[in-house]
Amino acid sequence: MLRHIAGRVGQAVVTTFGVLTLVFFLMRLSGDPTLLLVPQGASAHQIAILRHQLGFDRPLIVQYVAYLRQLLQGNLGTSLVQRMPVASILGSRIPYTIELAAGSLVVAVGIGIPAGVAMAVWRGSLVERSLAALVFAGQSMPTFWSGILMILLFGVVLGWLPTSGVAGLPSLIMPSIALGALSMASFARMTRIAVLDELSRDYVAAARARGLSLGAAVARHVARNAAIPVVTVAALEIGNLLAGAVIVETVFAWPGIGQLAIQAIAARDFLVVQAIVLFVSFVFIVMNLLADVVYAVIDPRIRLSS
Amino acid sequence: MTGRFTPGIAAILGLLAIYVFVAVLAPWIVPHNPLRQILLLRLRPPLTYSPSAGWFLLGTDDVGRDLLSRVVDGARASLMVGALSVSVSLLSGTVFGLLAGWFRGWIAIVVMRIVDIVLSIPAILLAVLTVAVLGPSFANLILVLGLTRWPRYTRVAYAQTLQVATLPYIRAAEMAGAHAPRILLRHILPNIAGPLMVVATTEFGLMILFEAGLSFLGLGIQPPYPSWGSIMSEGQNYVASAWWMTVFPGICLFGVVLCVNLLGDWLRDRLDPRAQSR
Repeated sequence: MLRHIAGRVGQAVVTTFGVLTLVFFLMRLSGDPTLLLVPQGASAHQIAILRHQLGFDRPLIVQYVAYLRQLLQGNLGTSLVQRMPVASILGSRIPYTIELAAGSLVVAVGIGIPAGVAMAVWRGSLVERSLAALVFAGQSMPTFWSGILMILLFGVVLGWLPTSGVAGLPSLIMPSIALGALSMASFARMTRIAVLDELSRDYVAAARARGLSLGAAVARHVARNAAIPVVTVAALEIGNLLAGAVIVETVFAWPGIGQLAIQAIAARDFLVVQAIVLFVSFVFIVMNLLADVVYAVIDPRIRLSS
Repeated sequence: MTGRFTPGIAAILGLLAIYVFVAVLAPWIVPHNPLRQILLLRLRPPLTYSPSAGWFLLGTDDVGRDLLSRVVDGARASLMVGALSVSVSLLSGTVFGLLAGWFRGWIAIVVMRIVDIVLSIPAILLAVLTVAVLGPSFANLILVLGLTRWPRYTRVAYAQTLQVATLPYIRAAEMAGAHAPRILLRHILPNIAGPLMVVATTEFGLMILFEAGLSFLGLGIQPPYPSWGSIMSEGQNYVASAWWMTVFPGICLFGVVLCVNLLGDWLRDRLDPRAQSR
């Protein structure tokens, strides 16, 4: 198992390295990255000075090595717009995004997993069809549209919930539902397939033959085995939730890194945008790695091999 | 998901046909010029009639443009972005997948590693960063969505090609002297097309959502040209007084994506061999 995990860690390191390289070249797609960092209306002289100060006049390979060295030391650079270290700008916003992602995950898991189990157990019934409709709706709903509709209904018309900003738990409800809907659909689909796969196994038939009710068989035997693929989805969905926050945070004026990304683009603060992309990708890679490790620990076929 | 929730595939195809029809014919069927502003008729509700300008069936927006015409024109933007970006990523992703699956070895290792790398940057963020660097424009939107989504097709094409390439009829074709390009195009591609079409369909729905999302953020279709996303973004400022600006484009977007997803699911049941046992 250790060899298996070490292999995954190695892959994750290579992938991280690849992401850093890809972002480095993306930032240079427009030709001169200096132009992304200066305020509009800067003179050619000012741009030339800045280009030299930031080292963008050096050969590309030198810039690349310097970029990697800086990031490996955990230094995300200094924002030229806010004149602050990018890490501290990011750090002040991350807790809000984590709060939102956690809220959305509660919505997604809390509805998605029970819905998926119900769809598998009552296969072919009215229950499955109505839950399938819910899943399709969640999957097809644009987050900004459901967000605005909820603001209209619960914020403006009924006045039950705050329409934007951060004001305790009530302000977290609508953004969490808007962001969690898509993940809810993924959890429901994955859970349904995993439970159906397990229900067709012989051990379930054996358990039923011993007189166990379907509910008891699911609770005692199926749930454990079906949990394995669902854990993998959870890891992927956390990355998706962080990325989806870009739109939802803009709709609800939620001060997390998603809103920060859009504000930073408007303010031409590209080091901040770059840092957010790197941060979210890194979380995504780590989550995937964790899922693989958990998978290896839970699944005896991998745990006991070698 | 099995095909248990299919309220008539005919109805889904019919709705999608209407969407394509409206989008293609948009310039000829809009009741008003979607860009023309009538400042005296700002934020009028649906079913407004003006003796000088005629009917505004879905009302007007914040600068007095006909909402129905803008929604119809927005369908055009979403269809063009969806179709073009899916074509770009389907074509490039399939070529990489076929090559990796056929030649295997280091080519497969390199291609699949790049696939992992691109897929580990969440697509919406990759799109936001790239559009922000290149500047928002229609061509850049297609480029960005095409560049960020090809790995989805490569994964499927690769896995399928690996399977198909071991079948006896491929060996037979090789022994008959067929060259690699001919085998890939004539013998392998037709056999992996089904699963690729399933991916392309769900990706099409996703690309429509991405276009609307990026336009909502101001990074997609640029004003004054309408996109469902940008109409809703303008409408959000008037959500309390002019609900129609967000509700109508939203219904269209949700409806089209829902139909596309239902179609994708229906196709998966029929074309994807792995799903048939479920």
